[in-house]
Amino acid sequence: MSSNSQLGNRKLIIGGFFCLIVIIYLCRLFYIQVIDDQYKLDAEKNAFRYMTEYPVRGYIYDRKGKLLVFNAPSYDLMVIPRETKGCDTLGVCEVLQITKKEYLKRIKKASQAPNSPRKESIFEKQMSAQTYATLQEKLYRFKGFFVQKRTVRKYPKPIAAHLLGYVGEISKEKAAKEVYYKEGDYIGITGLERSYEDVLRGKKGTRIAITDVHNKIIGRYMDGKYDTLAIPGKPLYCSIDRDLQEYGEKLLTGKKGAIVAIEPSTGEILCLISGPSYDPNLLVGGKERSKNFTKLYYDSLNLPLFNRALTAMYPPGSIFKLIDALIAQQDNLINRSTVFPCQMGYPPMGGKPKCHAHGGGKNLPGSISASCNSYYSYVFREIVDQRKYPNFIDGYNHWRDMVKSFGPGTRLGTDLPYDKPGNVPSVEYYNKVFGKNGWRSNTIVSLGIGQAELTLVPLQMANVVAIIANRGYYYTPHSVSGVGIEKKLDQRFKEKHYSGVQDPTAYLNVIDGMQGAMEPGGTAYASRVKDVVVCGKTGTAQNPHGQSHAVFLAFAPRDNPKIAIACIVENAGFGGVTSAPIVSLMIEKYLKGKTERLELEKRVIAADLIHGINVLGSGQH
Amino acid sequence: MGRNENSIFYGVDRVSLLVYVTLVIMGWLNIYAAVYNEEHQNIFDTSQKYGMQLIWIGGAAVIAFSILLIDANFYTVFAYAFYGFFIVANILVLFLGREVKGSHSWFRFGKFGIQPAEFMKFATSLALAKFLSNQNIVVNQQFRLRLKDLIKNYKNTIFALLFIIAPLIIIIKLQNETGLAIVFISFIIVLYREGLSVGFLIFGLLAAILFVVSLIVTNLSGLLITLAVIAAASFLFIRRTRKNLIVVLLVYIAAAGVVLATNYVYNHMEDHQKVRIDVLLGRGTVNLKKEGYNVNQAKIAIGSGGLLGKGYLQGTQTKYDFVPEQDTDFIFCTVGEEWGFLGSTVVIFLELFLILRVIFLAERQRSDFSRIYGYGVASVLFFHLAVNIGMTIGLMPVIGIPLPFFSYGGSSLWSFTILLFIFIKLDANRLLILR
Repeated sequence: MSSNSQLGNRKLIIGGFFCLIVIIYLCRLFYIQVIDDQYKLDAEKNAFRYMTEYPVRGYIYDRKGKLLVFNAPSYDLMVIPRETKGCDTLGVCEVLQITKKEYLKRIKKASQAPNSPRKESIFEKQMSAQTYATLQEKLYRFKGFFVQKRTVRKYPKPIAAHLLGYVGEISKEKAAKEVYYKEGDYIGITGLERSYEDVLRGKKGTRIAITDVHNKIIGRYMDGKYDTLAIPGKPLYCSIDRDLQEYGEKLLTGKKGAIVAIEPSTGEILCLISGPSYDPNLLVGGKERSKNFTKLYYDSLNLPLFNRALTAMYPPGSIFKLIDALIAQQDNLINRSTVFPCQMGYPPMGGKPKCHAHGGGKNLPGSISASCNSYYSYVFREIVDQRKYPNFIDGYNHWRDMVKSFGPGTRLGTDLPYDKPGNVPSVEYYNKVFGKNGWRSNTIVSLGIGQAELTLVPLQMANVVAIIANRGYYYTPHSVSGVGIEKKLDQRFKEKHYSGVQDPTAYLNVIDGMQGAMEPGGTAYASRVKDVVVCGKTGTAQNPHGQSHAVFLAFAPRDNPKIAIACIVENAGFGGVTSAPIVSLMIEKYLKGKTERLELEKRVIAADLIHGINVLGSGQH
Repeated sequence: MGRNENSIFYGVDRVSLLVYVTLVIMGWLNIYAAVYNEEHQNIFDTSQKYGMQLIWIGGAAVIAFSILLIDANFYTVFAYAFYGFFIVANILVLFLGREVKGSHSWFRFGKFGIQPAEFMKFATSLALAKFLSNQNIVVNQQFRLRLKDLIKNYKNTIFALLFIIAPLIIIIKLQNETGLAIVFISFIIVLYREGLSVGFLIFGLLAAILFVVSLIVTNLSGLLITLAVIAAASFLFIRRTRKNLIVVLLVYIAAAGVVLATNYVYNHMEDHQKVRIDVLLGRGTVNLKKEGYNVNQAKIAIGSGGLLGKGYLQGTQTKYDFVPEQDTDFIFCTVGEEWGFLGSTVVIFLELFLILRVIFLAERQRSDFSRIYGYGVASVLFFHLAVNIGMTIGLMPVIGIPLPFFSYGGSSLWSFTILLFIFIKLDANRLLILR
């Protein structure tokens, strides 16, 4: 007792010590609970499993509402490696027809980063319906496995593969770069699937599930309050005509080449055909897909994956004379009655370029109908060497600018990926080839008849004829007429682009010549269409590697044109022989719904130029 | 209530009683939250731990009433008897007890288990109070260095320490329950209050610091050399007499002894104990999936609570078993996760308030016995509070001791109830004692 009074202050020290410890603890608690967010994130990682809900990809329809692409269910076999204890391993191998070694390899892959033994990974992609059926019966024995339903693209008609493109697994690099995607996701790789990916894919949703310490799903987080629904992809209304596309592909059977048709009044692409093509249904599905892709990829004879309509750069040949004629008239260098001599060739250069027998010097329309080489050698040099310009370099640049205003030499800016610009050679290029001052207009005179270094892709050829059909303007060719149910169209496809030639008479004279080509004495008289005024132009693109490519372009009807179309068939010789019949059949089909020239149709389809069976015969020019 | 001298509530401190009841109910609700699952939603379901806890709470109420019914003198008179009884019980349990997780510390009665070590706490408090309150026994305050004086003056201190160390050794060494045993260290606070020399405490504190330092510093000989240099350097500041030389030498030997002992103890620890110390001190790489799992998950659960918590029964970390032992030693995680910083503060303040209240009551006692016992109660409660919450927030090593009145478990709840209510009874009796 006596000491108690002396020790009285010790109660304060003890009480103070207790309080101090508690204050330290509260500071620590405040730090980890309120200030540091890491623990909240860790807690989410612990207990939340974010499950992706895949949206349905948008359907694609043609201009008349006919289905081009839809979705079919597909089944992925998923595995959570940790939960495969007691699984009937051999059963899995048997159903999937894989070896035990392969099984272990896949389990290992699913267990390693970026996968995890606790999380689901794809074990077998897109099983066939048959495999899925057998699997379903035995699934209860396959512990740790489950089936995830997804969708794959399906095509009611095996057409338009190049235009539609295909969907495939995203590349690792791209998945790492783009926030929306993660590895294993599907993305449009080519064609419309690529350019309209953002619209078609929709938006992934997320379901938040709560898991316990054993990674077992306990339920939904907050009854799904924070879940986001998958938003389905929007439908795409393609501007192509399914029947026309199908018909064109049929006509192009056994031939390498391309057909592109445009509706001149809107710039909508009516068909975009590249031959040889392939059945788009080949490039869906798991195992089949990669097998088929490899096969198509290595088909060096046909190059079926090569989209000629957009990427093959062909010399245009005689169809280019249309542009020359328009430019020269705009420059007041020639008029309807201008006549240039032709002596089976271009006289000033000793008959080169050569020409064919068409009965003497022609006036302007006649020169187009008969496709006179001499005439356009004169015209080309008139343009380049015209007095307005102090030297021919300026004249050449003027010609080049005018040509480019019709599309060649630049990418048209269509809504399809990977189109090529073609080539209109520059002054610099020729300076390099011939040396500065080493060339004149006569050196490059063959440009005037669409040869030499001049190249166009088939889409550009179709666009040129659309400009003529419109008498001087075009809309950027596009293959989609509307996005979504509201059918919205990108503003840039509603903009008129004008060519450098705006003189109506110039167009009238050229169109008269084109009409003449389809009349007696014209280069394509054989391909006339009954009751329809077709305006066409043949072309023969010389090919250093073999037989010339046959080119033909046309629009119809002459007044108020509904279709502008270009066709090129490789190694088919004179344009009037193979390409003109194809174009005329297409026009007939499009305008009348059917053709009456069944015999011609049969012969066109039967012509197999790839294997050298040409029932159409080959022309001289 | 309690106006009547014959009422058992006569003189009972209502504030303590209220806080006690609040804590017990909060504990029960949090056990329900920690064990909660969809299939067993009935809070009275005795197949679940919260149902069982209700039974334990009922038992605790009966015990509390009984303690208040019995004459206060009973505890004073039988203090040594209680101590002896439970020392024997703790030895007997080694032979009669059932083995649980490698330790023989449980008596089993069918569905129920009792851990006698839990009850050693109040028995030791009683015995210590009895010993220290005896006549003129005072724990010595002077600090001298002559050996003869040392033994004479510290005789009582050494006896008092024996009261503490005996159960500690039995429980730690024989029953293998380190957590329960370490609690007895808290009685040092009682000795301090009763006059234990500050020098002794400083010595202890220095030893503790050396202990931690020698755990962190792995280079043992380097540490010993450093200490020798410090000892030598001390002569720059003190007179170089023969006596001082001996003192410094003795201090150095003691320090070296601590270092070597620490090393010895650490090397002879069980692996899981070593790991717990490693985790706390951040020695080596801590694998959060193995040895670091408990503490990391506890911190995640508490840390994810934020300011206001996720709401009752909304905690994902505790409810879905990410936190181990979430109903017993890690019950505070449920509080932290579901009630946030605010709820955690309330719980800690309630516990602290009860402890300070006990100190306040102890100081107003006229009898030394009651005061000393009161300090025993406060010390034991505080030790539990500090270690239990400290380990969930990573400030203490993981030592498996419960949060008083909160954690699941009959033995701990009952032992804390007995501990507290004997004091409440003693306090209620304070006015009668010297009448």
